[in-house]
Amino acid sequence: MASSRPLSPHLSIWKWRPTMAVSILHRATGHALGLAGLALFAWWLLAAATGPEAYSRFRAFAVSPVGWIVWIGLSWSMFQHLLSGLRHLVMDAGAGYALDAARRSALLVMLGALLLTALFWALFFFGPGYR
Amino acid sequence: MPNFRSATSIKRVRGLGAAHEGVQHWWHQRLTAAGNLVLLLWFGASLILLPDLGHATVAGWIAQPLVAIPLALLALSTAWHMRLGVQVMIEDYVHAEGSRLLALVLLNFFAVGIVAVSLFAILKLALGAPDA
Repeated sequence: MASSRPLSPHLSIWKWRPTMAVSILHRATGHALGLAGLALFAWWLLAAATGPEAYSRFRAFAVSPVGWIVWIGLSWSMFQHLLSGLRHLVMDAGAGYALDAARRSALLVMLGALLLTALFWALFFFGPGYR
Repeated sequence: MPNFRSATSIKRVRGLGAAHEGVQHWWHQRLTAAGNLVLLLWFGASLILLPDLGHATVAGWIAQPLVAIPLALLALSTAWHMRLGVQVMIEDYVHAEGSRLLALVLLNFFAVGIVAVSLFAILKLALGAPDA
């Protein structure tokens, strides 16, 4: 018999929801950006300040297969974290808490992050600067 | 006014509550988020627009005042934002007192280290000899 009463949380029986995914991704992407992203940012700056030789070592990593996976991962993390951060700011203002609105904004954040990541790399490769 | 609370008057005046701090952590997370947003959009656009990402171009780019300054702000804003966010994760998941303290100390060292390396590199390029 269906009950309208809430079910208590269970450790192993649960279902993915967009709101939950966005919340977990916010933290995961934030940590990827804050730990790996900032370490690589500092390495890039230090390599540039040290000289061409040090910079070529950074560059060798940057254009390696692992490097490309890292850059694409970090760029997606950046847009995912940025958009769900904006969603947080809206919720800070007290808006968007209704179940359907929260679900819709969560889906929009995930879709938007993928689109912005694709746009960034499209501009990077086909834009004015790409060598 | 009837006093329904158990807190002493001085506690209520300070308004810090059980967390022993006010909204500063929350507010700094938002302030740095706004800074990160603006600075990262600039940084991302710059990576797209730079003619190449080789050493000469990048070093010369960073040496410009209007690049060095926002780049230094980017390092500061993101490192402080990271420090605040990772702190909350540690407080949520690292329960043993000693491990938590150690993790928080390492986090602070990491944040300060990132800032020190980034600022040194930026200043060396911006203030030092060309083609450093």
